[in-house]
Amino acid sequence: MPETPLLEIKAIDAFYGDFQALFGVSLSIAPRQVVAVIGANGAGKSTLLKSIAGLMQPHRGEILFEGNLTAGAPAFDVLRRGIALVPEGRRLFPSLTVEENLLIGGQSGRPGPWTLARVYELFPVLAERRNLPAPALSGGQQQMAAIGRALMANPSLLLCDEISLGLAPIVVRDIYARLPQIMAEGLSLIIVEQDIAQALRASSHVYCLQEGRIALQGSANQLSRESISAAYFGV
Amino acid sequence: MQWLNVILQGVLIGGLYAMFAAGLSLIFGVMRLVNIAHGDLIVLAAYISLMVTQSVGIDPINSLLIVVPAMALLGYALQRGLLNLTLGDDLLPPLLVTFGLSIIIQNGLLEFFTADSRRLQAGLIEVETFQLAQGLFIGALPLIQFAVAILVIAGLQVLFYRTALGRAFRATSDDQSVAQLMGLDTRHVFAMAMALSLAVIAIAGVFLAIRTNFDPAIGPARLIFGFEAVIIGGLGNMWGTLAGGVILGVSQAIGAQIDPGWQLLAGHIVFLAILAVRPQGLFPRISG
Repeated sequence: MPETPLLEIKAIDAFYGDFQALFGVSLSIAPRQVVAVIGANGAGKSTLLKSIAGLMQPHRGEILFEGNLTAGAPAFDVLRRGIALVPEGRRLFPSLTVEENLLIGGQSGRPGPWTLARVYELFPVLAERRNLPAPALSGGQQQMAAIGRALMANPSLLLCDEISLGLAPIVVRDIYARLPQIMAEGLSLIIVEQDIAQALRASSHVYCLQEGRIALQGSANQLSRESISAAYFGV
Repeated sequence: MQWLNVILQGVLIGGLYAMFAAGLSLIFGVMRLVNIAHGDLIVLAAYISLMVTQSVGIDPINSLLIVVPAMALLGYALQRGLLNLTLGDDLLPPLLVTFGLSIIIQNGLLEFFTADSRRLQAGLIEVETFQLAQGLFIGALPLIQFAVAILVIAGLQVLFYRTALGRAFRATSDDQSVAQLMGLDTRHVFAMAMALSLAVIAIAGVFLAIRTNFDPAIGPARLIFGFEAVIIGGLGNMWGTLAGGVILGVSQAIGAQIDPGWQLLAGHIVFLAILAVRPQGLFPRISG
């Protein structure tokens, strides 16, 4: 990779108690790059994102963000450094309104292009429903709110965990259609997806996880379907 | 008219009970911590006010200017230094630790101030009364105390629903790990909640100590009144907590009017009756 990476993960191991979820996983992402992480259920995709976001601490290995070690830093500190996670299942704050959810994301005080007005411009439907409690939104709208909430923190790296989970294909397409607008603000993106076709379309580089190890990686347009399905299912 | 008087006094004392309860409810709402030392902290605030009034020579109401920040600071330190370490998936450790804290505070106060019963002297407002109607009297102190209780509850309500700190409280209460992901240091959020709770405790403690005699052992009974007011009103609803305090106060006043020995019993019976009929409280959380 010609540019110096924004995020560099060097051989991390992660555990849930005695269960090892990641085995020496390495990954790197350049500024303004979109990287997809694919893999079957339980392959360690969410664990990888949680480790980057500071929700989990890897037992071994290093995570460097903008040249600084972040492994060991708590999640709230990682966010302030510029990494925001859109968690799997959206997980909006149910007792807050849509707008309050967005404002929470902005509370870290990082300067940047994303404001309430910008998020409402990106997702106009949220502006109409700003004063509703978050659970009153449809699944797709909740996902928009979850993305908006993370953007409000003005991250330089956005992590998206299973954006398409439980959403109708048309809604998923609608959300993915906004990605270029988000990318235009100069951030980098790591998307975790089960929907491989969607992941390949949206990204420039793909990592495939299989049982906690990187089974395959390469440019999105160079990987063959056969090699992906081999790495995905481990056959 | 006599009964009207009794009910009125009960309503006014209910404001004090609501202040006992508000801090308790706040802490449970934000971090699922049941603070067994709550009552003893109320008594501690009363003693701090006693020290301030004696050493600085100001009256108890003005001593709030010192006691409230002091208690808030103590709350922040207590949460950061001790209680945060007990929080986790299990409700038991914080319960045990605050129980221990209760014993430590009681015995510490006993050692320092002896078991003598004390009282804060607030001067004229203690005895001043107005006549609302023929035979219907209202004391200045209970009236001030009730007004302060309403201000405290309204203030908490505004803070919870209109400020960034309140938003952080509600978000953390909803989902701690996502709150962290969104840049909230939950240790700090919890400490701010405890500071706020102890600031309310300080106000309640000073009014309690002006109203009645206190000694190091009366804390646990105040905790019970606080609990009862919270449960009657319904968890998570501040105005419900005020209503709960008022119901408790009125029940006690009516009980005492029938027979002086029935004052506390009547309060407990009404509490149990409401718990049996509406375990979720009269006004459970409306939204948020």
